Amino acid sequence: MLKSKDLMGTGLSSQDFKQKKVLVERWTANAKYGWDQGIAIGRYLRELKNGKITGIKCHKCNRTVVPPRIFCEWCFKPMDEWVYLKDTGTVNTFSLCYVAWNMERLKDPLIPAVIEIDGASSGMGIMHLISEVDPKKVTRGMRVKAVWKPENERTGAITDIKYWKPIR
Amino acid sequence: MGRRVAVVGAGMTKFVRRAQETGKELAWEAAKAALDSCGMTLDQIDCVVLGTAPDTFDGVHMKGEYLADGAGAWGKPYMRSYVGGGTGVFCPIHGWYHLASGHFDTCLVVCEEKMSSYQPHPQGAFLTIFDHTTERPLKPNLLWIFALEMNRYMTTYGFNKEDIARVAVKNKKNALDHPAAQIPEQYTIEDILNSEVLAWPVQRLDVSPVSDGAVALVMANEHVARRVTSKPVWVEGVGWALDTAYWTNRDLCYPRYVEVAARMAYRMAGITDPAHEIHVAEPYDPFDYKELHHMEGLMLCERGEAPIITAEGKTQRDGELPICPSGGLLGVGNPIAAAGLMKVAEIFWQLRGEAGKRQIARKAKHGLAQAWGDLMQVGTVIVLGI
Repeated sequence: MLKSKDLMGTGLSSQDFKQKKVLVERWTANAKYGWDQGIAIGRYLRELKNGKITGIKCHKCNRTVVPPRIFCEWCFKPMDEWVYLKDTGTVNTFSLCYVAWNMERLKDPLIPAVIEIDGASSGMGIMHLISEVDPKKVTRGMRVKAVWKPENERTGAITDIKYWKPIR
Repeated sequence: MGRRVAVVGAGMTKFVRRAQETGKELAWEAAKAALDSCGMTLDQIDCVVLGTAPDTFDGVHMKGEYLADGAGAWGKPYMRSYVGGGTGVFCPIHGWYHLASGHFDTCLVVCEEKMSSYQPHPQGAFLTIFDHTTERPLKPNLLWIFALEMNRYMTTYGFNKEDIARVAVKNKKNALDHPAAQIPEQYTIEDILNSEVLAWPVQRLDVSPVSDGAVALVMANEHVARRVTSKPVWVEGVGWALDTAYWTNRDLCYPRYVEVAARMAYRMAGITDPAHEIHVAEPYDPFDYKELHHMEGLMLCERGEAPIITAEGKTQRDGELPICPSGGLLGVGNPIAAAGLMKVAEIFWQLRGEAGKRQIARKAKHGLAQAWGDLMQVGTVIVLGI
């Protein structure tokens, strides 16, 4: 039977570090990457630069997916047809987030959401942000529209869509 | 289905926010405790399986090799398994197929995690799970996916935060009886509902802590197991499955991959009615809603029914279907890989009647542990029995 007195494992408190009871070695990773966008996402991003959202269709599975991919992970065949989707959609789920990645607190929440894109098959969403809305008024099922950066500021990135706002 | 395999010993360290010990030292402490628990020594161990989560936590490339000596792998066949948060339950599955194949007779399974090394907060180590081109430019943090999934689950069935908070109250209270627990506490539902909102609907007390710790099991084939102990706990079923990484294309209200893994394990164990044939379970509970989500995926109740049977008290230690009698990740702590193996160890102790103050009231012949991880996509399930 597990007994407290037999258990090893020595917990430290922040006091222990302040009082220099324990020694720490520090190191910062110098990790830099250049990611190739690939065939499917490359085209998706080029079209975002043009202010358009693209999906791709598998005729065998009869579905249109977004983000696009060159193969269908269901039937494992090449995808059949690129299609333009609308820049409107429906909130599938959302959060009101009051912390940044490093746990710093935010006064105004970020509103990440999964947004099902109009023109894609049911349930096909992308992750993005919602804004221009009272956080308390955001609901599942809310209709939203993309707010694009001005054309000359777009770089071919997911952030060419600044955020999504409610359709009033 | 190969040779019969049993768990014959288990041991662990305390779970703490920050341990003075290195990962290697923690691994040794747990491995030693597991060997001692069944009166075995390292020279009786044929092979070693290690589980530990991302190398990023430690800043050590191929952390498995670094930890090998602490896990007792010197000069032995050794493999590291890694399926994110699902690792802790996958490792005894890995140990099982080493032994079921007949290639080895004994296996030491060690799961270690030291999350505290990552500065300023280990949440940063998780940022790279998001797609580097289509998601990371939006500067996501790990809480987002849990909050999105939790909200989808709640809105699908019309549950409120109170329905979910009962899990946090139960597990943190259960942990008061666990000698290794990091944050055991007697809370009320109001305490949970009044805790800081991190990423609505996720609040501070809905979440398990960051932890350091290690857990180990000794597994053996039947002929060895019967010599080592009068109470072997048999591996009756194992299952694992992975869902698509296109997580925004899935319905997050239901963990289908957990169901696939559970069906595989139940088929092997000959279980056709899990809600009645599983007598105690330790589903993965890094967040309170995840316990409910996983109970449904494991088919321990109907979809949308987990909060209801929780409110009825069925999942308490003295209930019909005790869930997370250990105190779970919410109470004992969440050193990722070690947390999953802690759940398997708890089922081992419960089935042997060795859980002390945590011992469930009902008789139990079959128990289950489950873990989950990666980008909300992997399910790992093990069914143990006596």
